Amino acid sequence: MQSLTNRARPVDRKPMTWLERLYMWNIAKGMFITMKHIFMKKATISYPEQKREFSPVFRGLQILNRDQEGRENCTACGLCAVACPAEAITMEAAERQKGEEHLYREEKYAARFEINMLRCIFCGLCEEACPKDAIYLSETFAPSNYQRKGFIYGKEDLLIPNPKEDPEAYKRALGTRSRNKAATI
Amino acid sequence: MSVLLAVDWGYILEKLVLIVSVVSISLVIAMYETYAERKVAAVMQDRRGPNRAGPFGILQPLADGLKLFMKEEIIPNTSNKFLFVLGPCLAMLTAMMTSAVIPWGGNIHFTLFGADRTISLQIADINIGILYVFGVVSMGVYGIMIGGWASNNKFSLISALRGASQIISYELPMGLSLIALLMLTGSLKMSVIMGQQLDGWYYVVYQPLGFFIFIICAFAECNRTPFDLAEAENELNFGYHQEYSSMKLGFYLFAEYINMFISSAVMVTLFWGGYDIPFVNDAALFHRIGNWATVIESVVMLAKVAVFIFIFMWVRWTIPRFRYDQLMNLGWRVLIPLSLINMVITALVILLKENGWRF
Repeated sequence: MQSLTNRARPVDRKPMTWLERLYMWNIAKGMFITMKHIFMKKATISYPEQKREFSPVFRGLQILNRDQEGRENCTACGLCAVACPAEAITMEAAERQKGEEHLYREEKYAARFEINMLRCIFCGLCEEACPKDAIYLSETFAPSNYQRKGFIYGKEDLLIPNPKEDPEAYKRALGTRSRNKAATI
Repeated sequence: MSVLLAVDWGYILEKLVLIVSVVSISLVIAMYETYAERKVAAVMQDRRGPNRAGPFGILQPLADGLKLFMKEEIIPNTSNKFLFVLGPCLAMLTAMMTSAVIPWGGNIHFTLFGADRTISLQIADINIGILYVFGVVSMGVYGIMIGGWASNNKFSLISALRGASQIISYELPMGLSLIALLMLTGSLKMSVIMGQQLDGWYYVVYQPLGFFIFIICAFAECNRTPFDLAEAENELNFGYHQEYSSMKLGFYLFAEYINMFISSAVMVTLFWGGYDIPFVNDAALFHRIGNWATVIESVVMLAKVAVFIFIFMWVRWTIPRFRYDQLMNLGWRVLIPLSLINMVITALVILLKENGWRF
């Protein structure tokens, strides 16, 4: 059988040689190994100062998207909530009033949009279900919190910054992945 | 009344200062040994170890100590209250007492109120120095025994029995290996043994096997891996200090680290020239820079001790624990015959040398 790694060693059942039976020699070998490990490169990444690069397909915290004019994409159709296997998404729809055209892209919008980050499994099915490119998963993850209710993210936590008011923050929040997507639409 | 006035108060004062400083230094060193232990363990396992509390984590022992103080003090209902408290106190006391006879450096000379004073950096230069060390160290087993007995817990009791029999068994080869050394020195006085090595050959050159046996027994005496059967956590879940919490547990852990420090210091004094600065003529140096030479000597002593403490840790994180029968086998059937052979050979060589190498 072909081995998975070439590090496997067959068990050696030969009787011990005189040197091995002396035991001291093996201790010396062991001491040498531990000494060698002192000078080896450490595997640890000191987290808050250094961060590990995420995979390009990493699925992190959800973001509610806006279009180029800063209008919310979400129409509160509820497809994401239906698609969600963990039932983490709740929303309430509302009708767009006169004079709110610069806020919402279509006549219906989400007045309340909540994701429970303790329930969310970051599968990305909401992103797949969304017909309006209104929700996508970003490259960060939910920070820790002291209370459970701190993990229920509302619209104010999820919405991307307005590109008209703060283009820098918008770009940062958009990340690399959605930029490609925005270009296709 | 006149007898009382004749007491040299300066002498008492200087000894008091010396005692307080030696005790506090060994406490601080024991504190940082816990830090060093975690660091050494970490780097040997390709980890980083504590590095969050303060720069490089050097405040970690303070945080650990604070945590231990904050913990709830639990005395089990079924335990013997008096003995339960006495156990860790004894362990700590015996650990600290040994430092009294170790020479931590040369003499300091200074003039105070027109009177020349010479202060020796050794608390008590008693003529049975090494015997005193042995006496106090073997008292250390009472800390474990009493703690294990008073906890009223089967695991603690088994651990106490193991600890006691192990320490008593390993005291024999330790003593026998020392007899060979004492035949060479002709004295039990620590300062004399130290002085013979000053600017000369260290006794490890004459007694390599004796030193080897001594260091193995020192591991066993300090209850360190590979001989830490008394606190074998996977068989006895922590053994004699299982029922202890808060600072009483801290005392036990601390006593272990102080023991490690002291036994390293004893090894350095007996076999590795104590405070002698290697490759430097200490007397000439003292003549040149005065008291600073003594300071350097003390630093050299502590550096040598630090090397031995590192060896203790290095061994701990390399060698797995012995099985109990293997431990007894090694002690009684290997180390005692070896140290006896060492003793006989040493005696033979000394005799031959005195006879001018003729039989």
